[in-house]
Amino acid sequence: MISVQVPSKSGVPVFQAVTFGAFARVQGGTSGVLRGVGSVWENYVWLRGVRAENEELKRQVTDLSVRFQEQRALAQRATRLQELLSLQTSTSLPTLAAEVIAGNPNPGMLTVTIGKGSADGVQADMAVVAPAGVVGRVIGPTAAHAARVQLLIDRNAAAGAYTERTHAGGMVVGVDHDPALTMDLVSNMADVKPGDLVMASGVDGIYPKGFTIGRVESSERGSGLYRAISVRPSVNFSSLDEVLVVLVPARSAVPEDSAPTPAATVGTVK
Amino acid sequence: MKTAIVIAALAVALLLQSTIAGMSFAAGSRVNLVLVAVIYVGLAYGAVTGMFAGCAAGLVQDAVAGGIVGIGGLSKTVVGFFVGVLGAQFIVSTPVPRFLMFFGASLVHELCFQALYALVESRGIRLQLSGAVIQALVNGAVGIAAFLLVERGPEMAQRGNLRRSSSVRRRY
Repeated sequence: MISVQVPSKSGVPVFQAVTFGAFARVQGGTSGVLRGVGSVWENYVWLRGVRAENEELKRQVTDLSVRFQEQRALAQRATRLQELLSLQTSTSLPTLAAEVIAGNPNPGMLTVTIGKGSADGVQADMAVVAPAGVVGRVIGPTAAHAARVQLLIDRNAAAGAYTERTHAGGMVVGVDHDPALTMDLVSNMADVKPGDLVMASGVDGIYPKGFTIGRVESSERGSGLYRAISVRPSVNFSSLDEVLVVLVPARSAVPEDSAPTPAATVGTVK
Repeated sequence: MKTAIVIAALAVALLLQSTIAGMSFAAGSRVNLVLVAVIYVGLAYGAVTGMFAGCAAGLVQDAVAGGIVGIGGLSKTVVGFFVGVLGAQFIVSTPVPRFLMFFGASLVHELCFQALYALVESRGIRLQLSGAVIQALVNGAVGIAAFLLVERGPEMAQRGNLRRSSSVRRRY
């Protein structure tokens, strides 16, 4: 049991790296077969009510087209105003789509395995997001074509956060009960109400600033210095199929004086 | 042959567990199929086989899961060994004692696992009792089903074949 701890050059136990790499291949194959069966079921067997759904979707598309035109006009106007004010436009983050190929075989640890790894440019501590918001971060070791993602709702996970309405800063951490997140280190003096949107602040150097984390479900005055705030995550973690890996290496939250600040920080990489 | 069966059972359990957890977190957290396989091996093949199966399965599970390698291995080694010892001391050929064995072993495993984590990380034990009890109950049910499938499965399949062949003969 001690011999399995022998580390490789990168510091990761050889046994862990080899086992994870090999098992990820099998998990990838199993996931592919399951997706194939699911696809056949959904596309050929489960087609009841499609006509009605199609009509409804057509109506929605028409409605959304009108709204899109309005929003585009507004966006153009905002761009013009930004140019007038010489504001720097935010650069879009480079991302990589990845399929969730497996969950964690150890109950109690909230991680998933994705089908992209070091060969695709995925590194440890890269943020993982979904259209609804922050999912988690990549944790080492990464295999060539697979990587483990620690979900934000894991009890060992945390992220710097702030509320959109009042910009009250704090730290979101995973908990074992429902709702799955709490927001710690928010002063009792801060104005935080149920329904407030909680966003990533970016101070941790991992999660890009401005990405949605969730909504405040309850906010009460705490017995000490800080409020007791529970947050419901915006991402539905029970049905994660595809995620986006933000291909920006993590930067140190506290920059070292001697070392130059890494160039590849959020918002500057193209 | 025995070794091949044990390795195959553990591999299938590991693959199923990660697939279930990938499909639904709630379902994944309510059952530990790898532990069920280790307890099954301990009961069916004895303490030494149970111990080796627990060690191997636990180490692989740790390596794939991403936690500290060895904690799950040590917990499952202990559980596999003691289940094998108890299985040899008591009559566990009926569903109720088997269920109790799966239930108790699951709770002991969870306690060992959390205690070892607490020891390594120098923190208090984070044992969620309701979650552990639910998982132990589900593990017990799955374990009983596994025993029934292995012991009565071939017999039932044979009976089905006989019924089918007799109905074909009657038609002619």
